[in-house]
Amino acid sequence: MKQRALSVYAALALAFLYAPLLILIVFSFNGGRFTLWEGFSLRWYRAAMNDPQLAGGLVNSLIVAAGATVLSTAIGTFAAYGLWRKASRLLSGTLYLSLVTPEIVTGVSLLALFQWAFRFLHLQLGLYTVVIAHVAFSIAYVAIVISARLRNHDRALEEAAMDLGASEWHAFSRVTLPLLAPAIAAAGLLALVVSFDDYVITSLVAGVDSETLPMVIYAMARRGVSPVLNAVSALIVVAFGGIILVSQRLQER
Amino acid sequence: MRKWFLLPARVWMALFFACPLAIVCAYSFLTRGDYGGVEQPWTIESFTRLADPLYLAILWRSIWIAALSTALCALLGFPLALFISRSGRRKNLYLQLVLLPFWTSFLVRTYAWLFILRDTGLVNTVLTGLHLISRPLQLLYNDGAVLLGLVYNFLPFFVLPMYATLERLDPALLEAAADLGARPFATLWRVVIPISAPGFVAGSMLVFIPCLGAYLTPDLLGGGKSVMLGNLIQNQFTTARDWPFGSAASLVLMLASALILSGLMRSRVARELM
Amino acid sequence: MRESVLELRQVVKDFSGHRAVDHVCLTLERGGFYSLLGPSGCGKTTTLRMIGGFEQPSAGEILLNGVAVNGLKPWQRDVSTVFQSYALFPHLDALRNVEFGLRERGIEDRERRALRALELVQLSDKRDRRPAQLSGGEKQRVALARSLVLEPQLLLLDEPLAALDPGLRKQMRAELKAMQRKTGITFLFVTHDREEALSMSDKLAVMNQGRIEQFGTPQDVYLRPATPFVAGFLGAINWFGKAGVRPESTRVAREMPEGMPCLRAAVESSLFLGNCVHLNAALDGGGRAIAEIPRDSNHFQEGEIVWLHWTPSDEVRFEP
Repeated sequence: MKQRALSVYAALALAFLYAPLLILIVFSFNGGRFTLWEGFSLRWYRAAMNDPQLAGGLVNSLIVAAGATVLSTAIGTFAAYGLWRKASRLLSGTLYLSLVTPEIVTGVSLLALFQWAFRFLHLQLGLYTVVIAHVAFSIAYVAIVISARLRNHDRALEEAAMDLGASEWHAFSRVTLPLLAPAIAAAGLLALVVSFDDYVITSLVAGVDSETLPMVIYAMARRGVSPVLNAVSALIVVAFGGIILVSQRLQER
Repeated sequence: MRKWFLLPARVWMALFFACPLAIVCAYSFLTRGDYGGVEQPWTIESFTRLADPLYLAILWRSIWIAALSTALCALLGFPLALFISRSGRRKNLYLQLVLLPFWTSFLVRTYAWLFILRDTGLVNTVLTGLHLISRPLQLLYNDGAVLLGLVYNFLPFFVLPMYATLERLDPALLEAAADLGARPFATLWRVVIPISAPGFVAGSMLVFIPCLGAYLTPDLLGGGKSVMLGNLIQNQFTTARDWPFGSAASLVLMLASALILSGLMRSRVARELM
Repeated sequence: MRESVLELRQVVKDFSGHRAVDHVCLTLERGGFYSLLGPSGCGKTTTLRMIGGFEQPSAGEILLNGVAVNGLKPWQRDVSTVFQSYALFPHLDALRNVEFGLRERGIEDRERRALRALELVQLSDKRDRRPAQLSGGEKQRVALARSLVLEPQLLLLDEPLAALDPGLRKQMRAELKAMQRKTGITFLFVTHDREEALSMSDKLAVMNQGRIEQFGTPQDVYLRPATPFVAGFLGAINWFGKAGVRPESTRVAREMPEGMPCLRAAVESSLFLGNCVHLNAALDGGGRAIAEIPRDSNHFQEGEIVWLHWTPSDEVRFEP
């Protein structure tokens, strides 16, 4: 197959992939309300910054993302390391299953768990239930990134460390962990993005006052298209894109 | 010592993944309570209800939309993966380019199509401006819009495994085929595509399963007109408050996904991929 | 009575279905250079790993300075290992690598000691280099310094020269031997290369299929092998019936010699090896032999009939 024909096709395909995002970004600077171009303007960005709902959603999303990222990165790193030392088909299988389970099923099952538990615990849905849910589905992502890095790791390094007097914990913390640092950072950024963007699961387990940014965006999108959303979307696209690029650079180290 | 490393993950997954699934499993065999929630008696009524033509239609729509999305992703994604695998030094650059949109927000990407396709959206505005139509086209709130949204979001899922398989293809095989008299298209059809079968299977699986359980895309782009299994489940757990029924539907969805997955895992194709 | 540094008593190691180490007994005296020689799969690396603490024996005892160390973890044993891949920590420079064990022990003046160790291996000027910036030989020396700085009772070396090119290997052999003499630390060196084992060791143990077939000085093992396997592994050997004779002890004559054991043979080929000539011959009664003759001796033609002869004292015999 001629590479030239393929490259024309590839250009079209890439255009297809990027066009909707670029359109959003372009129209976020549109002075007018709809799709008629009325001049360059930043009014929608200003409106987005001043919107209390959006601000509240952003704060909640940041809180959840921070908590979920820290927890899932730690738990996932330990899990990947433990599995690398000695395989456990049960745990690997469970992690893999969590990746493949449809989000809606994960969401409703967690809702069912919480409602059942609340009968005894006298608690309510809130931001913390969102964090719990996010950690549950992020562990697998982190584990995958760390496992990929460990596959190229020389086992003799830890043996050498122990041979020189390091305990198992020191061999891990003084030799393996420093070498895993870039992968851990990459996994953390991945977990951050995944948590920040989640709508389906979050909407099911969030409390009444715990609206996250995706939930606010969804509500606005449902109500009809708002130009403020274009500005918010543009900001998100740029922010996420940037974070992921950094994460990929870290993984290449 | 190793056990301590695995403990946090084990506990978290047991409590917040396995237990919830077990609860849903149990609920699917119970009865709807008066104020929502569940109560005895144990029954398979929720499952039998799924056989109702109304719900079967939803199930069927989920299957064929997922299948069609997968087919489209394969059709559109294969040439793209082929191109990337033949791009020499720029392979990684193009791959990252294809994957980057995937990493921006799923919600935003779906919303983008809302913006483009709705009555006062970009397409209609442009067409009206060019005087090609007098009334806006109803581009949203149908199966087609959902299809478009799914293909758009999941195309990279197909391209990645397809690329991984194609990348391992030994160029010498193509030269051998040419040497034996095959012209470019014949080489493609008789050598490249059969050898890249594992990539097709993996990519299809990675697209079909999430599409089968799609919720957000049919919700935003389909309105209430294109109800898929995911929407049904969400509805039962919120508005309709029929948890046993929702649980039964969830189980069916999980089972379907697991069956496809295990079928793949056992096949020769999967072993070639590993 | 001087305590031996290492004693292995009937050590056994089983892996699912197969016995890697079969009732191995070994005693090493302090201050010597010892080798474990054998083909791949003979159990030498497994034995080394058991001494280092990375594997546990299925049966038997391992004693260090008279004390059983079976249950002790690697970091609890006063034994240090130089790994085949060197296992230098990539995120630390040479100096910090060498300091690593000292840091674990909480030793205060570790930098000074580490520098001295680097001097010992002649790498003081590379102290700031990361492993990725060092050559194979340099990495090996850093690994050596890293272990020696801890002054262990016993230093284990797992085929450390295998990854080096031949010229460097010969040089490193001399350096390792000198290092051992200088520090006085007992070395146990694992290799499959017989030349290495013969040239470096005070005593060597020849292993085959999990067992030690002979433990002795290089002369003992080469000239007075205890089993046919040892005889064959330590060098080429011709079997004339029940007598084994090394090629360098096999002489070639055109006429049947008197007063010494001999056999008639036909010359198959003659290989010029630079410092000598190897003559491949087919024996009258079947079988082959190699005779090593000086390069300036007679030329023998292909097909020529010759007499191979040797002195009886050069024979190696095994009772049936």
